[in-house]
Amino acid sequence: MNQWINLTALGQIVVVGLLCGAGLPALFAVGLWLLSDPRGRMRLAAAGEESSEVHAGPVTVAAAGLCFAIVLAAIGWGIYFIVAGS
Amino acid sequence: MGNSTLLVLVVITALAFDFTNGFHDTGNAMATSIATGALPPKVAVALSGVLNLVGAFLSLSVAATIASGLVDTGLVTLTVVFAGLAGGILWNLLTWLLGIPSSSSHALIGGIVGSTLAAAGGHAVKWQGLASKVVIPAALSPLIAGGIAALGTLLIYRISRNVPGHDRERGFRIGQIGSASMVSLAHGTNDAQKTMGVITLALIANHSVPADAKAPFWVILSCALAISAGTYLGGWRVIRTLGKGLVEISSPQGMGAESASAATILLSSHFGYSLSTTHVATGSILGTGVAKKGAAVRWSVAGRMATAWLFTLPLAALAGAGAYAAASGIGGSTGVLVVFLVLVALAAMFYLRSRQSAVHAGNVNEDWTGGAAPTSAEPVGAGVGGAA
Repeated sequence: MNQWINLTALGQIVVVGLLCGAGLPALFAVGLWLLSDPRGRMRLAAAGEESSEVHAGPVTVAAAGLCFAIVLAAIGWGIYFIVAGS
Repeated sequence: MGNSTLLVLVVITALAFDFTNGFHDTGNAMATSIATGALPPKVAVALSGVLNLVGAFLSLSVAATIASGLVDTGLVTLTVVFAGLAGGILWNLLTWLLGIPSSSSHALIGGIVGSTLAAAGGHAVKWQGLASKVVIPAALSPLIAGGIAALGTLLIYRISRNVPGHDRERGFRIGQIGSASMVSLAHGTNDAQKTMGVITLALIANHSVPADAKAPFWVILSCALAISAGTYLGGWRVIRTLGKGLVEISSPQGMGAESASAATILLSSHFGYSLSTTHVATGSILGTGVAKKGAAVRWSVAGRMATAWLFTLPLAALAGAGAYAAASGIGGSTGVLVVFLVLVALAAMFYLRSRQSAVHAGNVNEDWTGGAAPTSAEPVGAGVGGAA
């Protein structure tokens, strides 16, 4: 840490920023991928759309749910983080 | 006491600045959602306005930085605060007219520093605070946000490459709206506080509150309302540049960009940096453009913005110094009133000029043709000044 740049803060911003800013969208993408695997585990079939509907197994859906839950929890934590202030 | 007239003028000017801050920065959060069609333009600005309002009440840690970290508050008078705000407003209006997403924070800080310099000289400015809390973070933040956005975009595209197009589009639109909402919230917590800090500074200068006071509730409320109203108005010119001008953006990219912006802004404000959401958002959008194969980034537009960023602090400072010189030259409340009226006249002029090539919810997404305003917005036969 020097007087011009707070390297500790900078390091934390970069690391936590990468985890939240890039990691969470990636996790969201994993969730989407689990829900719509082209091998036919599940199609989020819109009404009238013709598709061979093979529903995802409970494990896959649960895994996708977990991904989205982590993303939501992180957003909740982010808001708490603002409210609590420093 | 003449001071109360002066104080009222300062508060009105501060809220006017807050309002320009709102519409100048709507695009930071919502430009990508509007450009990809995830949200209809009017809905996007309404959502952003509400979230800015909520955000303004959430946290109060940045306000202290503006009020006490950058200038010697003991040397700041009401006229200094007023002149600084006038400088910030002028810069915001000019860049809005040109459709350049420049930093409202830098406009405000530049204006205040300029008027302080003109009033009290170099010793009244805390140069180290200015460098370490404003200038250095401003240089680093677009790079950090851009890097995060680039990595996020790479990951998103890699992971979702086998997801059928329809599901992917729908999923990422939802993600994009969520992440853009976080940016709006963060903007409210950050930027509304800057004006709260300035009004508090004015109250301190007027000895209405003690020097270590926090922002009173009416200040928080009025600032929250002003920035929210400005956001709802929508700075369509800037939205267009960010959403259509820099990169032709898709939903997954929009989510990548907004997530990176939200994370960077929230983390930095935790450490008390009065970061420019504009710099962060632009960095993120560029990052997401670089990371997607085949996406064309218009570097000329980015270069034009970066140039404006470099000039923001000094030119807003110059405007602030000029406003101070004029106000104190005439003297007293009269001087401030005269400058205030000049400011109103200039603002009206900028507004009228913008009507000549209006950008609005209806044409904000038209194809980028080089200028801030779509070609259809040009009045018939108007060839002069088309660059605006």
